[in-house]
Amino acid sequence: MSIHVEHVTKRFGTFTVLNDVNLQVESGELVALLGPSGCGKTTLLRILAGLERPDQGRIFLHGTEVTDQRITERRVGFVFQHYALFRHMTVADNVAFGLNVLPRAQRPSAVRIQEKVHELLRLVQLQAMADRYPSQLSGGQRQRVALARALAVEPRLLLLDEPFGALDAKVRKELRRWLRRLHDELHITGIIVTHDQEEALEVADRVVVMHQGNVEQIGTPDEVYENPATPFVYQFLGDVNVFHGRAIQERTIANLPPLPDVDSVLPAGAVDEREVTFVRPHDLELNRYRTNSEQFEATVRYILTAGSRVRVELVVLESEQTIEVELTKERYRDLVLREGEVVFVHPRHRQVFKIPQS
Amino acid sequence: MHLLLKQPSVLPGFGLTLGFALFYFSLIVLIPLSGLFVRTSTLSWEQFWDIVTNPRAMASYQLTFGASLVGALVNGIFGSIIAWVLVRYRFSGRSLVDALVDLPFALPTAVAGITLTAIYAPNGWIGRYLEPLGIKVAFTPLGVLIALTFIGLPFVVRTVQPVLQDLDKEVEEAAATLGANRWQTFRAVIVPELWPALLTGIAMAFARAVGEYGSVIFIAGNIPLISEITPLLIMTKLEQYDYSGATALGVVMLLVSFVLALAINLLQWWSSTRHMQQ
Repeated sequence: MSIHVEHVTKRFGTFTVLNDVNLQVESGELVALLGPSGCGKTTLLRILAGLERPDQGRIFLHGTEVTDQRITERRVGFVFQHYALFRHMTVADNVAFGLNVLPRAQRPSAVRIQEKVHELLRLVQLQAMADRYPSQLSGGQRQRVALARALAVEPRLLLLDEPFGALDAKVRKELRRWLRRLHDELHITGIIVTHDQEEALEVADRVVVMHQGNVEQIGTPDEVYENPATPFVYQFLGDVNVFHGRAIQERTIANLPPLPDVDSVLPAGAVDEREVTFVRPHDLELNRYRTNSEQFEATVRYILTAGSRVRVELVVLESEQTIEVELTKERYRDLVLREGEVVFVHPRHRQVFKIPQS
Repeated sequence: MHLLLKQPSVLPGFGLTLGFALFYFSLIVLIPLSGLFVRTSTLSWEQFWDIVTNPRAMASYQLTFGASLVGALVNGIFGSIIAWVLVRYRFSGRSLVDALVDLPFALPTAVAGITLTAIYAPNGWIGRYLEPLGIKVAFTPLGVLIALTFIGLPFVVRTVQPVLQDLDKEVEEAAATLGANRWQTFRAVIVPELWPALLTGIAMAFARAVGEYGSVIFIAGNIPLISEITPLLIMTKLEQYDYSGATALGVVMLLVSFVLALAINLLQWWSSTRHMQQ
């Protein structure tokens, strides 16, 4: 089912949680709302579910306006970060809840409900746990029960609010792969809220990056990672080195110093601007010797070799700024780096954002 | 649970504190209570049985336990509603109402009794409007019921309130997203969570009412066989220097109270472990 969000604004007191948000989700898509805590992503999800009302704007589900529709009429499945299971009910009763509260005329027979519960428990791989209570399950199992419970009512839309946020890293990774497979199997439209960029990039068809109540960028995981539209998106998706500089009128290229305090040239007549240059740690190249004019010198301060790649922390000689460089193990072995050495740093790829003077 | 009395612990003083606790408990509770049994044992079994099954005593048990039970149940319903309102809604004067709930705890029971009598007497504020309707409150079993309801209210409110406060809002939201209406959510999600606390509150209100004396004697009128409670009967016997008779009734009250206390503890144990079977 498609979702259409039109100019939605929400305030809590004087604080604007969502500022004129527009969003279009196609049927069958799995979209991630990504952003730091407090960016409004959970509020947007709760508005879609009907748990919260927008102050302005309209929500359409499958072309029908639902802005004023009650939660119970929207047929939306919601999965909470802390599971929100009914702890006095067994796993099977939890899953059956949505079916048991249906009006008598629509309610399937007891036998049919039981069949359906078993089907769903098989889907979430918890058949053996049907008669247990939530307190007897692990966090990952509880969240799978919550998912089965949400799916029982055959929702047109599945909303997940940081579903794996309370789980440890390994289980989280397993569950998000499993969720992706489940989504491919069921083709249900889904929105997952997360502050974990890795999770968003791995699980979603498209990612909506949010910041302070605004949508910063919408795109496929590749698009938002490779071509961040704003400085915020660049910084939020992955590690990054930031260099501040100025764009100054009519300086010649020859005078342009290499990073770190980059100054670039503006066409004649333009106003001076501040600018920010972003370089990812793996886009910085280290050399023992000067090989081109774009290099700058830095002292190796700390080397971290644990993990699949080597992370090197350096201090730029000129500005004393700390930067981080990521090397492959092979490159690190070739270089034979030692702490305290001075090396040459060269940015292979950089992205510059102009910040208008205000 | 392991029945190990002493386990290695980083905190010293296990022996000392256990010893002190047992000593203190004996001094305050066990010795006075055993005195009750010792005193009763001066009676022969037939004498004891005659005293405790005397029609006047039987009528007093019926009133004491009956009115206490009904009062506790009434508190169960209205106490829960008060707790609900205090937890769920923000209104001006809320903290004042919250503080007033404790009043029956703090008020000298005699004061409560005199006040209730004044209000419900045939010429009192409320009594004068009930009188023409044929409802007599003061000096009847109904008056006893009102006094016992009054003193039991805080027990229900104060046991239900914290549980309501801790109730996870998300669980109700989850029920709503699954299609449950307010009533279904209340019945299937909220009540099962409240149930253990509510039972405990009712049991405590009941136990308190069974032992109540001060607030009841003023409003009850104390007519033998009609509006006389067991604690008053014990007082009457004491005033007649019938110590053995008084202690015999005391033993009956003690046994019932003990069973009640045990029941309360079992309820609390049940409510805390019900969903934790491993």
